[in-house]
Amino acid sequence: MTKQVIELSEKSAKLSPVFRRNQAPRYSAAALLWRGVRNDSWPRVWREPQLKKSYDAVVVGGGVHGLATAYYLAANHGITDVAVLDKAYLGSGGSGRNTAIVRSNYLTPEGVAFYDRSLDLYNTMSADLNLNVMFSERGHLTLAHTDSAVRTMRWRAEVNKLQGIDSTVIGPDEISKIAPSLDTSPNTRYPILAALYHPPGGTIRHDAVVWAYARAADAYGVDMHQKTEVQDIVCEGGDGPDGKGPGAKVTGVRTSKGDVSAPVVINCTAGWASLIAAMAGIQLPITTHPLQAAVTEPVKVFLPTVVVSGSLHVYVSQTDRGELVFGASVDPFATYDMRGTLDFTEELAGHVLELMPAVSQMRLQRQWAGLCDITPDYSPVMGFTPVEGFLCDVGWGTYGFKAGPVSGEQMAKCVADGATPDLISPFALSRFNDGVLVGEKGAAAVGH
Amino acid sequence: MLLVPCPHCGPRNSADMSYQGEASSRPDPSSATPAQWRDYLYMEHNPAGWLKENWYCSSGCRRFFSVERHTVTSEFREPPLPGSKTAEPGAGTDRQGGGS
Repeated sequence: MTKQVIELSEKSAKLSPVFRRNQAPRYSAAALLWRGVRNDSWPRVWREPQLKKSYDAVVVGGGVHGLATAYYLAANHGITDVAVLDKAYLGSGGSGRNTAIVRSNYLTPEGVAFYDRSLDLYNTMSADLNLNVMFSERGHLTLAHTDSAVRTMRWRAEVNKLQGIDSTVIGPDEISKIAPSLDTSPNTRYPILAALYHPPGGTIRHDAVVWAYARAADAYGVDMHQKTEVQDIVCEGGDGPDGKGPGAKVTGVRTSKGDVSAPVVINCTAGWASLIAAMAGIQLPITTHPLQAAVTEPVKVFLPTVVVSGSLHVYVSQTDRGELVFGASVDPFATYDMRGTLDFTEELAGHVLELMPAVSQMRLQRQWAGLCDITPDYSPVMGFTPVEGFLCDVGWGTYGFKAGPVSGEQMAKCVADGATPDLISPFALSRFNDGVLVGEKGAAAVGH
Repeated sequence: MLLVPCPHCGPRNSADMSYQGEASSRPDPSSATPAQWRDYLYMEHNPAGWLKENWYCSSGCRRFFSVERHTVTSEFREPPLPGSKTAEPGAGTDRQGGGS
């Protein structure tokens, strides 16, 4: 047994050389046993360094996207003089507030290719980053309640199949076999006519993803600064006031802990993206909407897959602890206010009972909201902007978590090569100038 | 939920309304450059502060109106009376409360 554990830990050590390089302790069953027996404490997972006067690159926003970008800059491209700045704590925004669902059954070929790469990275993340992110590949059901929704499901399934994604349309009988708690009878107000079944979809512990990237980036020497608010972005040579705006060049950022000079600043601030971009004189096609979510008390496991209903504006999965996690669509008006509302709870409860009448006695434990940066075509804004050295990885709306790894990987490539990688070129800010939008509303607006 | 002050119907639940987004003035289609037109179509100020925005009172008087709302505290400023001239669009987009 012990021999097996040691062999396993040696094998994974080869997969991720990060933690040997800087003598940070590796996580393994053997290490747990060893420290348990010797009653050793674990060291802090990442350092709390002093803010330096200059960095090669500054990432604004310490969520999954920002941390992944910093990690891949260091791991794939050897750019380790990187700072990640966050005004609160790491993972305090959407990364810790989403409903932790991942999938790749999108509608456009661009979207499918992109999210499929993300799912690949999530699949090997626990081994690559030496931290268990608790990926549960439990399957993903998107329900259709109308003929037009069935048609869209078929369309999505065909687009997916062409690109090698496991995704099929199934009928009520098969749905009942997969998730018996769903009411598939034809007498409901919104009868379940069919579902898009996507077996590779599932859930991941979102906090663990944040911690895994932060720890791995730290091992490469990336500095993470929490409670460090970016107050301004310093530019020169632009058309606007203070040398900002199109044609300008970024020289650094002004933070609550002092000025930092940097030739590259990457905006990964999700709901706050417009405010950071405005500091560089850039306007984005983004509005900020809150998305509310809620969780019930824990019960025994009865829901084996993620269930999504676009028509009923609800998605639900059961956590390993047995709680049901619900999410909905974004609130219909733009706001930075993250208060939970009663009308959300009311609507959610009504819709969940349409799907699963048996849960009527369950109680909600809490509800919360996260900010989503919504674009007109429900696709992100990635890569270069008219300000030299100022890059964006924003506009992720309600689907940012599942795209975190691939966004980080591609943004890092973008910075290192100085050119937009093919995978993210459809999502450039310039698409709004050129009129080449990537319409993902059908698959992204609610369906999670 | 928001209580949106409709100048005709009084305060009403936002669920009775349809949100129309930031108030901005449409450039003259005959003289606007493509860049101006695209800015009008897609670009947003999205401030964390006072925002002048349009609502459609879809379940009430079925009229459009502009009102100023604070996007962090969700307060509304007194709406203009029906028929009165409203302030220029883009006013009240002071940026505050933003950050990393």
